[in-house]
Amino acid sequence: MMHHFIDRRLNPKGKSLSNRQRFMRRAKEQIRKAVKDSINKGTVADIGHKGHLSIPSRGLYEPRFRYDYEKGIHDRVLPGNKEYHEGDTIKRPPRGDGGQGGPKASEDGEGEDDFRFTLSREEFLEIFFEDLELPDLVKTSLKEEVEFKSKRAGLVKTGNPSNLDLVRTMRNSLARRISLHRPGDDEIQLLKQRLFALEQKSRLTPEEKAEKADVIHQLERLEARRKVVPYIDPVDVRYRSFVREPEPNTRAVMFCLMDVSGSMTEGMKDLAKRFFMLLHLFLDRQYERVELVFIRHTHQAHEVDEETFFYSRETGGTIVSSALVEMSKVLKDRYPPDEWNVYAAQASDGDNFASDRETCLNMMHHDILPACQYFAYVEVMDEQELDIFRDGSSSTDLWQTYQALAADHENFAMKRVNRAADIYPVFRDLFSKEDA
Amino acid sequence: MPRSSEAKGKSKEMEPLYTGSEWTFDNLKAVYDALEEIALKDMGLDVYPNQIEVITSEQMLDAYSSVGMPLMYRHWSFGKSFVRDDFMYRKGMRGLAYEIVINSSPCISYIMEENSITMQTLVMAHAAFGHNHFFKNNHLFRQWTDAEGILDYLNFAKDYISRCEERYGFQAVEDTLDAAHALRENAVDRYSRPARLSVQEEKERLERREAHAQQDVRDIWRTLPEANDGKGRDAEDELQAVIATKLGLPESNLLYFMEKNSPVLQEWQREILRIVRKIAQYFYPQKQTKVMNEGCACYCHYYLMHALYDRGLITEGTMLEFLDYHSRVVFQPEFDDPRWSGINPYALGFAMMQDIERICENPTEEDREWFPDFAGSNDALGQLKFAWENFRDESFVLQYLSPKVIRDFRLFHIQDNSERPFLKVEAIHNERGYRSVRSALSKSYSISSMDLDIQVVDVDLHGDRTLTLCHYVHDQIPIDGKEANLVLEKIAQLWGYDVGLYCEDVQTGNILATYDYAKGA
Repeated sequence: MMHHFIDRRLNPKGKSLSNRQRFMRRAKEQIRKAVKDSINKGTVADIGHKGHLSIPSRGLYEPRFRYDYEKGIHDRVLPGNKEYHEGDTIKRPPRGDGGQGGPKASEDGEGEDDFRFTLSREEFLEIFFEDLELPDLVKTSLKEEVEFKSKRAGLVKTGNPSNLDLVRTMRNSLARRISLHRPGDDEIQLLKQRLFALEQKSRLTPEEKAEKADVIHQLERLEARRKVVPYIDPVDVRYRSFVREPEPNTRAVMFCLMDVSGSMTEGMKDLAKRFFMLLHLFLDRQYERVELVFIRHTHQAHEVDEETFFYSRETGGTIVSSALVEMSKVLKDRYPPDEWNVYAAQASDGDNFASDRETCLNMMHHDILPACQYFAYVEVMDEQELDIFRDGSSSTDLWQTYQALAADHENFAMKRVNRAADIYPVFRDLFSKEDA
Repeated sequence: MPRSSEAKGKSKEMEPLYTGSEWTFDNLKAVYDALEEIALKDMGLDVYPNQIEVITSEQMLDAYSSVGMPLMYRHWSFGKSFVRDDFMYRKGMRGLAYEIVINSSPCISYIMEENSITMQTLVMAHAAFGHNHFFKNNHLFRQWTDAEGILDYLNFAKDYISRCEERYGFQAVEDTLDAAHALRENAVDRYSRPARLSVQEEKERLERREAHAQQDVRDIWRTLPEANDGKGRDAEDELQAVIATKLGLPESNLLYFMEKNSPVLQEWQREILRIVRKIAQYFYPQKQTKVMNEGCACYCHYYLMHALYDRGLITEGTMLEFLDYHSRVVFQPEFDDPRWSGINPYALGFAMMQDIERICENPTEEDREWFPDFAGSNDALGQLKFAWENFRDESFVLQYLSPKVIRDFRLFHIQDNSERPFLKVEAIHNERGYRSVRSALSKSYSISSMDLDIQVVDVDLHGDRTLTLCHYVHDQIPIDGKEANLVLEKIAQLWGYDVGLYCEDVQTGNILATYDYAKGA
């Protein structure tokens, strides 16, 4: 009879991709809402990591006629009877562990149960940036130093003794000893005791003589067998294998600087937050470890946790250099620039005391920019302000200050953002510079 | 199992087909040939030609999100099951099936590249011979499915639906498919054998249909005004009866009814209903033969693996690996076990078929009393083939479940009446209980305990065109009301006018519940 083997592994995978897309389209509203919620609830570091999403099953539910299995008369046949006899009555078990045959009504029409699934990072980003009309994922990569790192790569039969995998080796040894019937110590001990007992006797009966010979013979056989089947054989031995793999550099620290004085509205902060998220996502793709430092400032600066950074309010004037001083301090204390890739993003509405201008420039010139891979300044403003500054002839104080820097420093960039839709293009502009 | 001493004697001389755990196309072929030799010559199985396709785990996920069919048309619900399966799989909550087999000719078995050669051997024995023989020989499959035509038909369906999407838009096609899917389980002609699938005929029929668009349907609706001239109650009733006959009422195939009689559907929508209906029909036998189908496949793989071993074609190591998989597949948790989720069809089917073998070869007094026809016949395979061919789960259990299997599983029968606070143990695995246990278990595999008995009973042709359905309630088990409302909405979408459903207790004739869906309400 004819038969065929066909190798389909090279066929394009993702056959159900179009089904998946249909599903995503169907669930779009719900997914969009869930993604939004997760942005609002999630921390900067979380975004794009936790791909699990729960969405209400409304609209995704497929109804069909079915029984209400909790009612009516059911005859059930179950396996594993232990104590029951014909005619016994059993207290009804709590709902939920009903009997056989009853399909569990997992989702119901009201959408009370959520439908959980995993969103790929790409899909998540696509939705995350949807109102930004994201054309494609972030593609630019920053120049990075390549480092090598050892990674586990299974087990091998040869290797360095220091990499011996003892558990694996002993497991193999045990399996081999059992399967090849290696005589155990107790077995031999028993025979030896018997032999010893026989040898103690001065006179042996013929049966005992025969037994002694037999015991000796058995002992010899077992000993021989033990030699043939050693306790540990070279075939048992396993070593952990390591391969050196290039690492996309080691670690990075990202400084988030933000002006939190009264002139920054919630809307502005939200814009800034989105920008920080995006930058974090971007860095996270490049580095194994990305640490975050949040520094907020009014007329004085503090390093704070993320919660405080985004959500607590403070009043006071605006001295930008205070934040730069704080950043410089943290850099010196914890993130020496020769070990860390340093990125910084600063968000502000552009207000600054005029007297602070020189200090800022100095700080940037001498301390901050030399230490940073990249420093991005984002000026957030509302629509009104945008109209004022659109022509470019007038600008905020800080903007003017920083403009002087942009010319001299390749790793410095500045942009204005006034709507969520601007974030991505701005971001792209900022980061495509290295390519050019 | 034929483990004769002479077979053992031979084993010393034979080289195993493979050692180690890696598979290659060469050792797959060698294994396949050895299996085929035993399956066809020793066991006398009768199978469709086999086509074995190696796929990756990702493709496996793809495949079974589309109800296991490779060429399924596209719909978001398959994407939904894909994302769910994908989620469960990644979370480690669920493993992947080792194989998927398609009831087609050639019979296609998918095997995963991650499997070891022993697993591939097992899968081929299980699917390419066990399931394949069952598909080709069981009377339900012979009657209800068309193995030769299915792949072409699926192809046709997929093309047709994607052309519809282009012509009429995603949304319109999706709406129609959604509604049709809601009636998927009420789309089978239970009492008559369907016509063979033929793509050629489908196409010709389609052309005819498009040429005489809606003629059939219009006939019915056109006759109305004239007939309506009849005066008085009697005439109306008479007319209603005539129309009922014309519409073929009562009709339990709801999708068929919609396809033929809905006053609002476009031609392409009728065609889509037809496609959903045909595919539902194709799966209909699988639902009714889970125990037998898996039992047959397990019996065959068990037989074949032992035969390979007896001939020295596989090593002891392979055998141990096989037995490990096998015992996991046929494991039956007890009812109070946290892993309990119903009777495992693999376990029950395999146990019963092994038991038939035992009864044929080593019957006890009890067996002779219970199965005088074949106890001690020494022709286990003959008896099994007879069973595989002529039974479905319901009748198979009723015919063959022996006291020994009932005792081994320690089966007991309880009655659960939601009106009473206690469950009652009706019977257990003893002399007095065997028959009760057996018939109760058999009943649980009957169509009526799986599908609801719902029929179109009336159409108000000269009034507001309301469609009336009836659910005949058996054993006082009601319909899920929330669901019913949702499905009625879908039916109303297909029908175009109001739809009502009433539930009638078959014993008392009482109306237990009514549901209505008014268009525009």
